[in-house]
Amino acid sequence: MARFEEYKDIFVFVEQENGNIAEVSYELISEARKLVASIPEFGYKVVGVLLGENVKEKAQEVISHGADKVIVVDDALLKDYSTQFYADALTQVVLAHKPDSMLTGATPLGRDLAPRVAARLNVGLTADATKIEVDLEYAKETGESLLDVTRPTFGGNLFGTIVCKDTRPQMATIRPKVFELAPTDTTRTGEVEEFTPSWTTTDPQVFVEKVIEKVKADVDITKANILVGAGRGAENCLDVLQKVADELGGVVCCTRAVVEDGFLDKDRQVGQTGKTVRPSLYIACGISGAVQHCAGMDKSDLIISINRDPQAEIFNISNMGFVGDCATVLPLLVESIKAAKAE
Amino acid sequence: MKIVVLEKQVPDSTEITVDKKTGALIRDGVPAITNPDDLAGLEAALELKDKNPDTEVVVMTMGLPKAAEMLKEGVAMGADKGVLLTDRVLGGSDTCATSIALAAALKKVGFDLVIAGRQAIDGDTAQVGPQTAERLDIPQVTYVDEILEVKEDSITVKRSLEDVEQIVTAKLPCVITTLSGMNKPRYMQCDNIVDLCKEDKIEVLTNAELGIDPETVGFKGSPTSVKTTFTKDVTDKTEVFTLSEQETADMIAKTLKEKQIITK
Ligand SMILES: Cc1cc2nc3c(=O)[nH]c(=O)nc-3n(C[C@H](O)[C@H](O)[C@H](O)COP(=O)(O)OP(=O)(O)OC[C@H]3O[C@@H](n4cnc5c(N)ncnc54)[C@H](O)[C@@H]3O)c2cc1C
Ligand SMILES: Cc1cc2nc3c(=O)[nH]c(=O)nc-3n(C[C@H](O)[C@H](O)[C@H](O)COP(=O)(O)OP(=O)(O)OC[C@H]3O[C@@H](n4cnc5c(N)ncnc54)[C@H](O)[C@@H]3O)c2cc1C
Repeated sequence: MARFEEYKDIFVFVEQENGNIAEVSYELISEARKLVASIPEFGYKVVGVLLGENVKEKAQEVISHGADKVIVVDDALLKDYSTQFYADALTQVVLAHKPDSMLTGATPLGRDLAPRVAARLNVGLTADATKIEVDLEYAKETGESLLDVTRPTFGGNLFGTIVCKDTRPQMATIRPKVFELAPTDTTRTGEVEEFTPSWTTTDPQVFVEKVIEKVKADVDITKANILVGAGRGAENCLDVLQKVADELGGVVCCTRAVVEDGFLDKDRQVGQTGKTVRPSLYIACGISGAVQHCAGMDKSDLIISINRDPQAEIFNISNMGFVGDCATVLPLLVESIKAAKAE
Repeated sequence: MKIVVLEKQVPDSTEITVDKKTGALIRDGVPAITNPDDLAGLEAALELKDKNPDTEVVVMTMGLPKAAEMLKEGVAMGADKGVLLTDRVLGGSDTCATSIALAAALKKVGFDLVIAGRQAIDGDTAQVGPQTAERLDIPQVTYVDEILEVKEDSITVKRSLEDVEQIVTAKLPCVITTLSGMNKPRYMQCDNIVDLCKEDKIEVLTNAELGIDPETVGFKGSPTSVKTTFTKDVTDKTEVFTLSEQETADMIAKTLKEKQIITK
């Protein structure tokens, strides 16, 4: 007999700031739909947990993105994120509803909150994951839905698949942009339930004195659908690389080497210590393909790379690789694109 | 003011080779270093001690006996002493279990401020700091980039988040987690090394002193387990073309047109 009879459903923590919901939450809801669909015999629901003040009207948006149900905790103490009150409220929701699993975006907020909740519940938390599957064989044998959660470690050099066999809920933080966003359906209906936490104290232990906007990036490479990536091998032809991007309606991004050499700003850096991107097209120009760079872009739908070294690592993660010199290929590419448009 | 800095010994490189037969990590020959975020935390603590010599700085780690070397380096940089938490029952601890052990040791040693690194470069979870704070039932401030002021009962820091920076004040005692870019750690100092030779400044704690329930730590007490590990697999074979420059440009443009990335 299954050990976790009372535990069911996949909960997704819905992260919001000033009522704007973080896209990763919807990516997780989309993925949770696939997970529950893989084990229809369990009859699991996808449940969003939305914490904040005056956020109830956002519940329908969460449902439109694929949730069957939304648990709303609306409280003045939850207006802005605080580790203390969010951990208190979320732990109580989990204790009251007993989800089989609980997913959170691996954002700065998610990675501040989830460990605290997991420790309070004494349950396993898999960090910064990039893949989730239900172990279907195990489900058949035991009647338990066990998640195989895969994550990069050692700076993306080693992957581990982590399981939490003996505790519920199974918790994980999941990296943004690794799962596809399903289309929204505004006609979708679902249940909205309000939850009232009981506070042991309403006295905050941490005060945010001031919030300073970081100097705004002129571009947001994570939102671009087409990226042309510059590596050290394209530093001498950045102008024409920009032209390729312009012709395609795309944006220029780069490796850390290019940032270090002072050619482009840090907010254009892709990779482990830069941004994670998932455009429909990534053209890698003069990029060697170091794991730290690839970790931030290898989920792109189509990767085309140009490198003069036939052995370059970047070719291993590309859909198409071209051996060649960027400085001569890129000007020709601008013309070829113009010609293709005119056809 | 007593500051305990949590340090983890990590391999100097995250380049991993795996034994093809056994699947085990090959760590031979890779030197061990102090996790970079932790070194920044130690430097921040030592800067507070520079300003106020009454400050006591303790470096603490849980690990194998050889991790004492790292603590000695911390003392050589200027920490007052090191605490090594080592016991067979602790082997195989995940972050949930690690935080139980560290919290027990911290309670025994005493503290006003605990500084952990944001993230270790090997395990990469960034969970131990917040989980230790939870076990101690004290507040946490993550992603700390600068310590601005420390008072009797509070600390004010700057947090660096994705789009914003926050100035935050937390009640003491609390846990902060630090980022490696926040400062430049100092070198070890000769006279400190000499002191180390005269006096053993590393205290070793085992479970006999801490009395942690062995069921809650180590492999047994860890709710997560690693089912498999693998290095990056090269899935779909790439097609690599060596063509003339013009042919290359034309073929890329043609592909983009076929995929409807180039429209009108
Ligand atoms: C902890 C850590 C974190 C890191 N984080 C990141 C990160 O977030 N993002 C990141 O990008 N890197 C990161 N790095 C650095 C990473 O390891 C690589 O050093 C970096 O990505 C290399 O950049 P590159 O490919 O532009 O340069 P290089 O490695 O110098 O490669 C240049 C490439 O261009 C090719 N080339 C040269 N000339 C031409 C030409 N005319 N035409 C065509 N090809 C040419 C060469 O064959 C070569 O393959 C990190 C490293 C560490 C240790
Ligand atoms: C492939 C693989 C995947 C893993 N995945 C997970 C997972 O998803 N979830 C999970 O719970 N565990 C996981 N573990 C176990 C985890 O790596 C260990 O528990 C590890 O010792 C602590 O986690 P960390 O390295 O991620 O530390 P982090 O949480 O990243 O470290 C943050 C800070 O905590 C302090 N700290 C951490 N460890 C110690 C220590 N031993 N002594 C003193 N201070 C310390 C340091 O200040 C450090 O900078 C995994 C292990 C492997 C091998």
